[in-house]
Amino acid sequence: MAMTDHAPRFENRADRKYWFERIPAPWWALAVVLIGLPVVANNFWLFQVMGWTFILGMIGLSLMFLAGYGGMVSLLQMTIAGVAGYMVAILGSSGTVTVSLGLVWWIVIPAAFLIAALFATISGALAVRTEGIYTIMITLAIAAAFFYFTRQNYTVFNGYSGFNLVLPPQLFGVNWRDPVPFYYLCLALAALSYGAVVYIARSPFGLALQGVRDNPRRMAALGFNVTAHRVAAYALASVFASAGGILLVWQNAQIAPGTIGIPAAIDVLVVAVVGGMRRPLGPFIGAFIYVILQVFSPDILGFFGFSAERFKLIIGLGFLAVVLFSPDGVLGLWDRWRARRQRRDADGAGGAA
Amino acid sequence: MQGLRGNAAMDDIIKRNPIRSLIIAILIAILLWLIFAPWPPELVAKWGRKQIFLNALFGGITLGALYFLVAAGFTLIFGLMRVVNLAHGSLFLLGGYLGYEISTATGSWFLAFPIVFIVVGLLGLLMQRFIFSKMEGEELRQTLVSIGISIVFADLMLWLWGGQSYSILAPNFLQGPMELPIINSVNANTGATNWLRYPAVRVWILIAAIVIGVAMWLVLNRTALGMLIRAGVDDREMLAASGVRIQLVFLVVFGFGAGLAGMAGIIGGTFQSLSPGEDTRFLLASLVVVIVGGMGSIVGAAIGALIIGVTEQMGFVYAPTYSVVFTFLIMAAVLAFRPQGLLGSRR
Repeated sequence: MAMTDHAPRFENRADRKYWFERIPAPWWALAVVLIGLPVVANNFWLFQVMGWTFILGMIGLSLMFLAGYGGMVSLLQMTIAGVAGYMVAILGSSGTVTVSLGLVWWIVIPAAFLIAALFATISGALAVRTEGIYTIMITLAIAAAFFYFTRQNYTVFNGYSGFNLVLPPQLFGVNWRDPVPFYYLCLALAALSYGAVVYIARSPFGLALQGVRDNPRRMAALGFNVTAHRVAAYALASVFASAGGILLVWQNAQIAPGTIGIPAAIDVLVVAVVGGMRRPLGPFIGAFIYVILQVFSPDILGFFGFSAERFKLIIGLGFLAVVLFSPDGVLGLWDRWRARRQRRDADGAGGAA
Repeated sequence: MQGLRGNAAMDDIIKRNPIRSLIIAILIAILLWLIFAPWPPELVAKWGRKQIFLNALFGGITLGALYFLVAAGFTLIFGLMRVVNLAHGSLFLLGGYLGYEISTATGSWFLAFPIVFIVVGLLGLLMQRFIFSKMEGEELRQTLVSIGISIVFADLMLWLWGGQSYSILAPNFLQGPMELPIINSVNANTGATNWLRYPAVRVWILIAAIVIGVAMWLVLNRTALGMLIRAGVDDREMLAASGVRIQLVFLVVFGFGAGLAGMAGIIGGTFQSLSPGEDTRFLLASLVVVIVGGMGSIVGAAIGALIIGVTEQMGFVYAPTYSVVFTFLIMAAVLAFRPQGLLGSRR
């Protein structure tokens, strides 16, 4: 019975389409909108709203990769992004001349990625010593330790004030901090990260990782090294987080312990959960909702007679509502809505409006 | 759940690890000597005055006592219900703010304790009854919900009490220093001994924590309710199957743990101060304490709290830049060599 169920799938392979034909139309539309956005949107939207959305989305994506495919909910991703950001500030140039080394960009950026990956691997190796719910606690504790350390240490991390005037290199004569180039930089890196996650998820490593998530004992019995897969997932996820972290430093032109504090780590979790942790698109949707709420909360709250500071309350309540009523996030809501519609159509009971 | 069973395991450990036990005994002896004997001049030259060491040590023990009060509820709730209540720090801070309001309104510091215990405990009961019990077994979802609750609480408290820091005044007889029967230094000329003076309120906090800890241990190990709780920690399904109304036991434990965190908030507000951000600080402290001590073990929480408290204070005094690193290194070492915590049981 099971064999015949699978049979049609193999037949489908015969009429294989070109890769661009397999991408559904809504994606093309989205790509056109995103690429054409600078024509219509002003600088505030490009730099603040969309830039931040992509950055937060990338950091959320690294959490989604770990949580969705590896089953490890890590609160460490903001810290990893912060390590990469700090490295850019420390190895590159910043307003704090006494600490920053001022190396050239083609050393600084790879080094930032490498050091962040090393940090992620070591903390990942610690975190995977325990399983499930413990992971949250341990990664939270590591994140907090790093936050307090950067705040206390002045010789390397310049303590409380951190680094300012951290600017992207003037490559190809373009100022990458101008809204339009920065927007495209963020868009390109976000699209690359998204594509990488989609690709890795279908690669042998990604499939093995999902196997480890679902049944570690069985995977171990099949000869897979469970711990190595998990640690490697941390290392891989660090790449997306680092990209986000470096862009974040360039966007703000500064980094300080507050950037990587516990609230920031929780925000990344909120973003990933609200968007949905099942698919790589989720964190970007979550990030967009978060940023829109953050940016427009003063107006909305003012309209109802509250002060703008109550933004966190809205975020918290929204997060609670999502976790309580739709644990797989906004994307889960969408999936269920579509499934219901399709069922209704299939029943022939008439389509919904 | 070895920790709750206590003493029986002790002899066993000594028999199995004679060398390790000997080293620990020698270390304890050295520590006792450092505390009670007057320090020779060479040691003073190397480490600074004995007063500094003793203050750091006792400060650490008191801080450990406070951490224990917060972490005990956390670990108990985790051990029994498998709920990682990341809103535990919020309960601590809420208890502190309420304690401040009550003690300034009525002028009675002591009155604040039962009221806060009941109010915050009730809040915990409601959380367990209406939220956590609805999603039993979904550990990740419960944790996420508790994060959401902590975000909401943190903002509500910021709204109500603002960003400034509050300090709760201790009653008169607890203020001022108190002489302890420990030699601080011996005056070389007169030969008169100088006894250690220490803030009285901290001594009482320590005593209170010990009393509460011992009481918890007695309840857990000597009463019918404690028996149910321990059975629930070991095997929840079996306990439910044998006819115990386990939801009631859960409610009692959740309410008690929350109330304890609230009372710890009053003590924290007296001993240090209350401000936004303290909730995260104490949540993290209890996380580290519980990771080090072993999840679900009361004795583990006590040992973990003591280690973390003393390390933190010693770090502040002797290596201010790296004090956080020491705490973290202890946690990392425990995770690396004993992932289930010092007194945790392997699951």
